[in-house]
Amino acid sequence: MTEEPIVRVRDLVKTYKTGFMALNGVSLDIRKGEIIALLGPNGAGKTTLISTICGIAVQTSGSVTVGGHDTRQDYRAARSLIGLVPQEISLEPFEKVVNTVRFSRGLFGLPPDDAYLDDLLRQLSLHDKRDQKVVTLSGGMKRRVLIAKALSHEPQVLFLDEPTAGVDVELRKDMWEIVARLRAAGTTIILTTHYIEEAEAIADRIAVINKGEILLVEDKTALMTRMGQKELRIELAEPVDAIPESLAPYGLDRAPDGRALLYRYESTGERTGITRLLNDIQAAGLHMSDLQTRQSSLEEIFVGLVTPGASGKAAE
Amino acid sequence: MNLNAVKAIYRYEMARFGRTLLQSFISPVISTSLYFVVFGAAIGSRIEEVDGVTYGAFIVPGLIMLSIMTQATTNASFAIYFPKFIGTIYEQLSAPVNFLEITLGYVGAAATKALFIGVVILLTAALFVDLQIQNWPAMMAFMVLTCISFSLLGFIIGIWASNFEQLQLIPLLVITPLVFLGGSFYSVSMLPPVWQTITLFNPVIYLISGFRWSFFGMSDVPVGLSLLAIAGFTLLCMYTIYWIFRTGWRLRQ
Ligand SMILES: Nc1ncnc2c1ncn2[C@@H]1O[C@H](COP(=O)(O)OP(=O)(O)OP(=O)(O)O)[C@@H](O)[C@H]1O
Ligand SMILES: [Mg+2]
Repeated sequence: MTEEPIVRVRDLVKTYKTGFMALNGVSLDIRKGEIIALLGPNGAGKTTLISTICGIAVQTSGSVTVGGHDTRQDYRAARSLIGLVPQEISLEPFEKVVNTVRFSRGLFGLPPDDAYLDDLLRQLSLHDKRDQKVVTLSGGMKRRVLIAKALSHEPQVLFLDEPTAGVDVELRKDMWEIVARLRAAGTTIILTTHYIEEAEAIADRIAVINKGEILLVEDKTALMTRMGQKELRIELAEPVDAIPESLAPYGLDRAPDGRALLYRYESTGERTGITRLLNDIQAAGLHMSDLQTRQSSLEEIFVGLVTPGASGKAAE
Repeated sequence: MNLNAVKAIYRYEMARFGRTLLQSFISPVISTSLYFVVFGAAIGSRIEEVDGVTYGAFIVPGLIMLSIMTQATTNASFAIYFPKFIGTIYEQLSAPVNFLEITLGYVGAAATKALFIGVVILLTAALFVDLQIQNWPAMMAFMVLTCISFSLLGFIIGIWASNFEQLQLIPLLVITPLVFLGGSFYSVSMLPPVWQTITLFNPVIYLISGFRWSFFGMSDVPVGLSLLAIAGFTLLCMYTIYWIFRTGWRLRQ
């Protein structure tokens, strides 16, 4: 991919007035049309990064371009391309849904277009609520109103700051569908989330951020195979009370009922050690009844990255 | 120039005003009527004429000024403080708008509301006293300029304020006293000489005096000076707002 990144973040530093450094030299390229998930624990700097790109916070140093336009020098052009769904639900309670969406469109400089907005509301299942006051909507619907506002001016880049926090399973699936549709229409999407399954389900790439630094940016599938550990579960015909002495070097775990042994290995390693292990199990006189392998989830990778003890892995 | 943004903000703010139109209409009518009953009829009957004008008519310009100054300040400060308070300001901050467009939208709407109230008071007053306006264009110009400049001031207050108390502080502690002491209900020439001099440091006197001149053709200070004062005040507010948006003071983190 030689195409210019749609969002280019370079050496971004943000120190708040309190003296707290929330971003510590972040560089990140976001490709046109992709879905990238920003993953990180509370206070990692996800919202700060988004706020700085969108103009709500001003960077201490470093630069951001959106569609090739610098977000400070050429903020009009840059901001016109961006839609933002904030983490907190902030809406004027006594305003009608359709009016707040109209307001957003106008604010971003576009002429009124009720046909487009009606269509948008319909896609977000808000059309029957268009003349209701925001205060009468449920939390999930309010979040959709925020999305409608962000999409009202037909942005090319959409920032979703924890779109599914506190949203039930069904609505979360709905939200994923909305994201998938937007992506199909060519919108670039940057979303932050705590739900690793969410990143796993919808993102093309994953960036892990912690303490204001990007720890890694990688294609989701590549990341999972590269860093993924696999687990081999060996079911035994007869339960064992203890792991035989001769199998100690493999670091096996015994299932609580003693009917299975668990072996962890790097799936991309040169030698997985599986053949030798199976031979040694037979030599120890155990009878195997079944074998299963399982890929570790992104969640395990993530925990491995942000917990200090495992940081060696993050440095590749 | 992002004209669509100006229109969007202006319409949105005016729609809010429209929802409370009756309230906005009734309260100035009632308070003006009260002023006329108390000052015009009760006290005014004991005061002869001021500079050849009946006392009831004399206080009309001051009354209008008092209302439009407080209304403009309160409206504009609330209009920008409210989104800050409930968090919806993120949208204005991330939109492709500059300080002039945001200001035009909010200040334009606040000034329109204040102007509406000013006209309502003028019409109510006409029911109580025989009003003769000598210079209509000058009267309208003073009214419009006052609405605009005090909406600008209110806009700054709304950005500055970090709680509701601060929001009310300036209108209550500064504007109301300055207007009361600025010759709304008396002519400066009625004061002892020392106080006449002190009064000249009150900026509001220039506005009320100029406004009164457009009604009755007489003033405490020269009309040119009045115009100059209000123009200077407007420019000062505009520059302050420009500076606020350039530095992100109290708005951007
Ligand atoms: N306005 C502010 N002033 C001072 N410090 C701030 C401000 N906003 C955020 N911070 C600090 O910056 C750090 C990063 O905050 P940020 O909101 O970007 O985290 P986050 O990754 O979005 O977290 P979460 O997952 O909880 O939303 C936190 O330590 C936070 O306390
Ligand atoms: Mg956050």
